[in-house]
Amino acid sequence: MLSKEKLIDLYHKMKLIRLFEEKAVELFYKGLLPGFIHSSIGQEAVSVGACSALKDDDYIISTHRGHGDIIAKGARVDRMMAELFGKETGYCRGKGGSMHIADLDLGILGATGIVGSGLPIINGAALACLLQRNDRVCVCFFGDGASNTGSFHEALNLAAIWNLPSIFVCHNNLYAESTPQASHQKVKDISIRAEGYGIPGVTVDGNDVLAVYESVYQAVERARRSEGATLVECKTYRFLGHYVGDPGTSYRKKEEVEEWKKKDPLVILRKKLVAMGIATDEKLKGIDDRIRREIEEAVIFAQNSKDPQPEEALEDVYLDKYIP
Amino acid sequence: MREITYREALREGLREEMQRDERVFLLGEDIAEFGGSYKVTQGLLEEFGPDRIRNTPISEAAIAGVSLGAALLGMRPVAEYMYIDFTTIGMDQIVNQIAKVRYMFGGKAKASLVIRTQGGAGRSSAPQHAQSLEAWFCHVPGLKVVMPSTPYDVKGLIKACIRDDDPIIFIEHKLLYNEKGPVPDEEYLIPIGKADIKRQGKDVTIVATSRMVIRALNAAEKLAQDGIEAELIDPMTLVPLDEKAILQSVEKTGRLVIVQEACKRAGYGAEIAAVVAEKALYDLDAPIIRVAALNTPVPFAPILEDFVIPDEQAIIKGVKELLEYNK
Repeated sequence: MLSKEKLIDLYHKMKLIRLFEEKAVELFYKGLLPGFIHSSIGQEAVSVGACSALKDDDYIISTHRGHGDIIAKGARVDRMMAELFGKETGYCRGKGGSMHIADLDLGILGATGIVGSGLPIINGAALACLLQRNDRVCVCFFGDGASNTGSFHEALNLAAIWNLPSIFVCHNNLYAESTPQASHQKVKDISIRAEGYGIPGVTVDGNDVLAVYESVYQAVERARRSEGATLVECKTYRFLGHYVGDPGTSYRKKEEVEEWKKKDPLVILRKKLVAMGIATDEKLKGIDDRIRREIEEAVIFAQNSKDPQPEEALEDVYLDKYIP
Repeated sequence: MREITYREALREGLREEMQRDERVFLLGEDIAEFGGSYKVTQGLLEEFGPDRIRNTPISEAAIAGVSLGAALLGMRPVAEYMYIDFTTIGMDQIVNQIAKVRYMFGGKAKASLVIRTQGGAGRSSAPQHAQSLEAWFCHVPGLKVVMPSTPYDVKGLIKACIRDDDPIIFIEHKLLYNEKGPVPDEEYLIPIGKADIKRQGKDVTIVATSRMVIRALNAAEKLAQDGIEAELIDPMTLVPLDEKAILQSVEKTGRLVIVQEACKRAGYGAEIAAVVAEKALYDLDAPIIRVAALNTPVPFAPILEDFVIPDEQAIIKGVKELLEYNK
């Protein structure tokens, strides 16, 4: 059983992601953010459940829809917001943007925008953990769409034969961009693919943060016992479209979206915490207010931050003095 | 000085770096017990054990991806792609991930790793095992590209590459592995980004890479019998290119022949030609000539393959054509 503090922390992190994402959407529609963003609203329980089962010095790799995973692993929302604005104070000093936030000090080895490509990379991190005998584990987040890539197959197979401490956490939000799962794969549960590689696979309710936490925790323990990799499939749903600007209605029925919104992971957890006597409604409202202020401050921080100097585009390509 | 093969020199370089730095490990298809398809890693499993000499499945996206993940945690992986043609399967990892992470993550990440592979024709390996794809990698900022031609160079450069902090594509040639040359007993490194003047001359500059260095050297000896003294420059590193060495030579000779085994169109020779045209046009007494493979896939039958790939005669012909100008 999780401690009271830990349970409240789960709520705190999920709400932080939700409000960060909502603010990002708002800013995007106001035309203040360059590029494009992918919202993970609705999927917060997967990010927070999984990352809460990790230690600070464990590692994750995320995806183009990565804000949630990255906040869950401990990233600061002000520096994230600054990166969305393309500012000098952003995590990647304006060179990565929304899809590519990394902070190696927090164990965030990056986020990649090529679907499935994080999966082989996490195995390298996991191999390094084995060779360095540091007892750490590595989580790679990916979506249902990624489970059809060659990288998925190569990575799960390699993790299995090398007995790596890799944990593959699937945000199965039921759509690969606009393509429903039933149209892109014959199997219903992606977790059964684990069997083909000789590793355990489980499917959990991805909107139940406690269920995600428990499953990933078991996988983490296995990995730390040197028993190898696990595939954890979390069934969830993104409330918004593939990217902000896509209403997500041309390929999803309104009723379906409404049905899933009734299973909002934040509402579920909130009810649970109140029913369990962990927190009062009032206390949770206090948390919400504090987070709202934190997000507002993050926006101010980002907007007040300097743009990078144009010439900085020439930095960080090569490590030595060679300039391209 | 003792003479050893390109393969042995390369293996010595790998071994010395593994002895020096325990973060260095090798991975690739059939590199352990089997010693690699071209036997470069033979015997290393016995010396360093299975943790550091790792066979991978035939998973070419994974080979580069795993290398990157390990490098992010401070290891120094040296991956082998059995054929450069197979890097196509790993291209997402090489181009989108390895080449980008440092930049994309604002300078915090390092991808200090080496991808060793071999390319080239001359063994009837047919269209999918004989390409020269170096230009692809040269076009991607973030990667360094090294292409050594002699046993001495391959040893000094592999050692320097393993110590370098940037990701490096290290391109060997399947027909160079058995070539012998002098290699000192004592340790040495060759700096990345420095060209080597393989032969001094005053009449014409030849810039050649990889196996074409050997052919160009033979061509230069024959030209010398006709009183033509060619200067032969082997860039050794394609990115970053030692422009100065080439420009200085062109200033002296006023004539440039570029020899590459890759097909001509959009090859690396075009980059060298463009650099010289931009920076030294008025040093030139004649147009720049590229001697390169024909713009076809590499065929199987020896008679077809020989027709497509430039030989000594093609180089000699190129040089002589050039000397016709301004006569």
